[in-house]
Amino acid sequence: MLREIGARSTSDLYADVPEDLRMKERMALPEPHLSEAALRRHVEGILAKNETCKEYLSFLGAGCYQHHVPAVCDEINGRGEFLTAYAGEPYDDHGRFQALFEYASLMGELLEMDVVNVPTYDSFQAAATALRMACRITNRKEVLVSRSISPEKLSKIVDYCRPEIAVRVVDYDRETGQLDIDAIRQRVSAETAAVYFENPSYFGVVEARGEEVSEVAHDHGAISVVSVDPISLGVLAPPADYGADIVVGDIQALGMHIQYGGGHAGFIATRDDPTYVMQYPSRLFGIAPTAVDGEYGFGDVAYERTSFALREGGKEWVGTAAALWGITAGVYLALMGPQGMREIGEGILQRSHYAAKRLSEIPGVRVPILRGPFFKEFVVGFEGAGNTVARINRSLRKRKIFGGVDLSKGFPELRRCALYCVTEVHTKEDLDRLGASLEEVVA
Amino acid sequence: MKDITAIRSAQGTPRLRRFHQAQWDEPIVFELSQPGERGILVPEVEEEIVREVGDVVASLPETTRRKRAPALPEISQNRVLRHYVRLSQETLGADFNIDVGQGTCTMKYSPKVNDQLARAPEMAELHPLQDEDTVQGILEIMYRFEQILKAISGMDAISLQPGAGSQAIYTNASIMRAHHAARGDHGRKEIITTIFSHPSDAACAKTAGYDVVTIYPDADGYPDLKALRAAVSERTAGMIITNPEDTGIFNPRIREFADLVHEAGGLCAYDQANANGIVGITSARKAGFDLCHFNLHKTFSTPHGCGGPAAGAIGVTKELERFLPVPVVAFDGRRYRLDYDRPRSIGKVRAFYGVAPVVLKAYAWVMSLGAEGLEEVARVAVLNNNYLMKKVLEIPGVRAPYASGRPRIEQVRYSWDDLKRETGVHSEDIGLRAADFGVHYWTSHHPWIVPEPCTLEPTESYSRADLDEYAAILRHVAEEARTNPEAVKTAPHNSTIHRLEHSPLDNPTEWAITWRAYRRKVRRDAGESA
Repeated sequence: MLREIGARSTSDLYADVPEDLRMKERMALPEPHLSEAALRRHVEGILAKNETCKEYLSFLGAGCYQHHVPAVCDEINGRGEFLTAYAGEPYDDHGRFQALFEYASLMGELLEMDVVNVPTYDSFQAAATALRMACRITNRKEVLVSRSISPEKLSKIVDYCRPEIAVRVVDYDRETGQLDIDAIRQRVSAETAAVYFENPSYFGVVEARGEEVSEVAHDHGAISVVSVDPISLGVLAPPADYGADIVVGDIQALGMHIQYGGGHAGFIATRDDPTYVMQYPSRLFGIAPTAVDGEYGFGDVAYERTSFALREGGKEWVGTAAALWGITAGVYLALMGPQGMREIGEGILQRSHYAAKRLSEIPGVRVPILRGPFFKEFVVGFEGAGNTVARINRSLRKRKIFGGVDLSKGFPELRRCALYCVTEVHTKEDLDRLGASLEEVVA
Repeated sequence: MKDITAIRSAQGTPRLRRFHQAQWDEPIVFELSQPGERGILVPEVEEEIVREVGDVVASLPETTRRKRAPALPEISQNRVLRHYVRLSQETLGADFNIDVGQGTCTMKYSPKVNDQLARAPEMAELHPLQDEDTVQGILEIMYRFEQILKAISGMDAISLQPGAGSQAIYTNASIMRAHHAARGDHGRKEIITTIFSHPSDAACAKTAGYDVVTIYPDADGYPDLKALRAAVSERTAGMIITNPEDTGIFNPRIREFADLVHEAGGLCAYDQANANGIVGITSARKAGFDLCHFNLHKTFSTPHGCGGPAAGAIGVTKELERFLPVPVVAFDGRRYRLDYDRPRSIGKVRAFYGVAPVVLKAYAWVMSLGAEGLEEVARVAVLNNNYLMKKVLEIPGVRAPYASGRPRIEQVRYSWDDLKRETGVHSEDIGLRAADFGVHYWTSHHPWIVPEPCTLEPTESYSRADLDEYAAILRHVAEEARTNPEAVKTAPHNSTIHRLEHSPLDNPTEWAITWRAYRRKVRRDAGESA
C-alpha cells in the first residue's frame, strides 16, 4: 500500500505535522495484554475487586434505580446491528429511525405528550435544557427550582444556566416534603421563565398540588417544567394532567442496568406546538411517506433548528448522547404494556410502604420523616438511634446490605437521615431482612 | 458445472456485491397490539404485604393518581423480540459493513470481548452511591484510564465525566469561563473556532455564553493564520478547534495558533474527536494547548450505540485542574476514592461520574494494544486513508480540494462538484446509491464550504480489499451518474425503504414526532384531540 501511494514509510504521511510537535519517545503506557485471554484475565482481575448489588441487598436509589431488566432488553441492545450503528441515513439505518420513533411514541403515551426527543445524556441535561428552552420561549432569564431535587442535579442546572439565567431555589415544606406553594407564590414574578419541580421528588415524595403550581406559573406567564420517574406513570398521573408544559426525566429505570451510573438517558417531552418544538436542541424523528405507497419512512423533523445545520446558530447543541438506551426503553415499554406498567407501579408502592412500616416499628428509627405520600423512596430518620447514617450503613454492609443514601451532606436539615429505595426486585423476605438487620444495628 | 468463481470475479477483481438490505415492511409497534397479550410478567406482591398495606394506590390523593391507563400496545414477548430484531436487521451496523463512509465518526472495529466485560455483573450491577470500599475495581479502572489519557495527551489532569464529545466541549468552555472569572477577567466574550472544526465547537461555546468567531481556511485549505491574528483581542476567552480538521488536514501552524491566543490572554482547547491518526505521533500538549477532549466512542473503539451511550474525556493543565467537574478519582497508593472537596470546581456536568461501562471498554481496548499498538493504529489509519484517497481520486469527477498533493491524516473531505456539473447528480444521490451496495456514505456538516462534499474515514480496521471494494462502489456509482443518472437520482433501490417525502418533516401542521401525533394529525382518528 505504501508503494501504491508513493511513500517510503508511514512517517512520510505526517508531512504536515511539524518535527518539533512530534513525540520523540513512545507514550508511557502500561504493557499490553495482547491475547484476548490475557486481556480478559487482567480486566476481570480488577473488576473482581468490586462488590455488586447482586451480592448485596441494596436500598440505594437517589436517581439510579435497580429494577428488573427484562432479558429481551439486553438481547436487543446487545445486537451488533444496533450496538455498532451510528449516524446513517433514514434508508440504510431505517430500523434505528423506526426504533427511536417508536421509543418516542411509547414514551408519548406514558406521558400523554405528543413530542418526545431522541434521548439526551441524562435527566440532568434534560432538566437543564428544558429550563433554557423555557427561557427562550418566554424571553425571560430567571427560573424557580424546587430544592427537593438532587443537589448534584442542581449543580448541573446552575452551571448550565450560568451564562444568562438566574436560578432561584425555592425551599420545600419541611413537614411534608412537598412543594411550598406559598414560597413559590412569593417568588414567582413577571420575570420568571419557568417553575421546575420533580414528582416524585428526590425524597420520593409525591406532589399532590402540581396543578396549583402549574397554575401559579401560568398566571405569571411562566412555563411549568416537571421531572418525573417514568416507572411511576402506570399509577401516578402524567404531569400533562396537572398542567406541565415540559416534562423531563431519566429512562434508566426502563430496562437499563445501573452500571455505576452508566445507564442514564434523559427525555424531554412537550405538546406539539411549534413554539416548543423549535426550541428543542435534540434530534426529533418524524414519520413520512416514501416514493413507494404504504411504506413507512422516518426522518429528522425541523432539522434546521439544530447545531448540525446552523452551528452556533442552532439551539444549544446536538450530538451523540444515549440513543441505544432510548431503543431499550422502547423495548421495555412494549414488553410491559399498560397492565405491566400499572402492576409494577402498584407493586413498588406496596413494597415501599411495607418497608417503611416495617422500619417504623424499630425503636430509634423514624419513618417517614416527611409526611407526604411517597413512591419507591422514603426518608428514614435515625436521630433516635444515637448513630450516624455512615456508621449504620457500615454495620449493614457487614450483613451484606447496602443501606439507604446518606442525606446529611446535601440536606443539613436531614441530619442522620437516609433515603431508602424499594422496587419490584425486593421480596418480603428482603424487606424483613432489612428490618431485622436494622433492629440489630440500631440497638 | 459452471465455474461460479469466474462469474464472481474478473481478472482477480471481485464484481460488485449483489446486496439487498433487510426489508421487513414492519408495522409500527402499536399496530402489533392484541388486547390481553403481555410481553413480561412483573413479580407479584406477596399476600402478607398486601394484607399489611392494602391498596396503596387508592390511599394516594386523588390528584396524584392516573385516570386513564397509558395507551401502550399489548404484545407477547416473542412478537416484541421479533419486531425489534427485524428493526435491528434494517440497521447497518459497523459490525457488518465496510464502514469508511461515516467520515469524522471513526467507525472502527469494537472488539466483542470489551462488550462482554462491560456486561459482567461486576460492572453492570454497581450502584454509583455504593461505599467506595465496594467499588475499588471500577475506581481503579477509571484512575488507570486517566493515567493513560495523560500519557496520550500530555495533559496533567483528566475528567471522564462528560457523556460524549459535545458535552466535553461544553465542559471545556465552562472551565474557560471559570478560569477567567477566577481572575476577575469578565470582558472576554468570544471563543474562536474554525469552519472545518466540528459544529459543536461553535455550538457548545455559544451555549456556554460566548460569541463565536469563525476562522475560514486560506487558499490552501489550512486554517488562516492572518485571519486568526485579526480575530484575537482582549475579548478572546479562548479557542476551540479540531485538529486535524474535518478535511483531514493537520494545521502545521497549530503551535503558532496557540501562541497567538495565549498572547491575547485566551485559553486553547483541542477538540480531539479526530485523534485517531495522531495518537502516539503528536499531542495537545505538544501543540501548547491548555485543554483537550477525546471521544471514547471514536478513537478508543467503544461501539457507537446508534448515537450513544458514549463518553467524552477532557484533559487540562495543572493550572486548570481545580475547575474540573466533581468528583475526581483520587488514589493514595492504597485506596481509590471520589474527591468532592473541590471548591473551585465548575460542578456537575453529568449524573454521577460519567459513563463507566464505556470507560471500561476504552480501557480494555488500550490495554490490548499498549503504546506500540496504539501508534500502529494511528499509522495504519493514516495509511488506509491515503491509500483510499489515491483510489478515490482515480475516479473521474471527484476531487480532494485543498492541500493539493499533500498527504492527509485520518480522513478526506472530497468534492463531487465536477461530476455534478457534468451529470446533475448530487453528492447526496451518490450516497443513496452507494447504500444499494451495503455501505454508508456521508456528505458533511453544514455549511458546505466544499461543494458537493463527501467525507470518508477508513480507520485502521479495514483491509486493502475492503478499501478497494469501497472505491469500486464509488467508481461504479460515478459511472452510472453518466450512463444512467436516473438510477442514481432515484436511489436507493436495494435499501430498506425508498426516497422520503421530506416536506412533512418541516411542516408543523403535518410533522408527527410520535404515533399519537400521527393518529391525530394525519390519520385523524376519532377521540385524538390536540
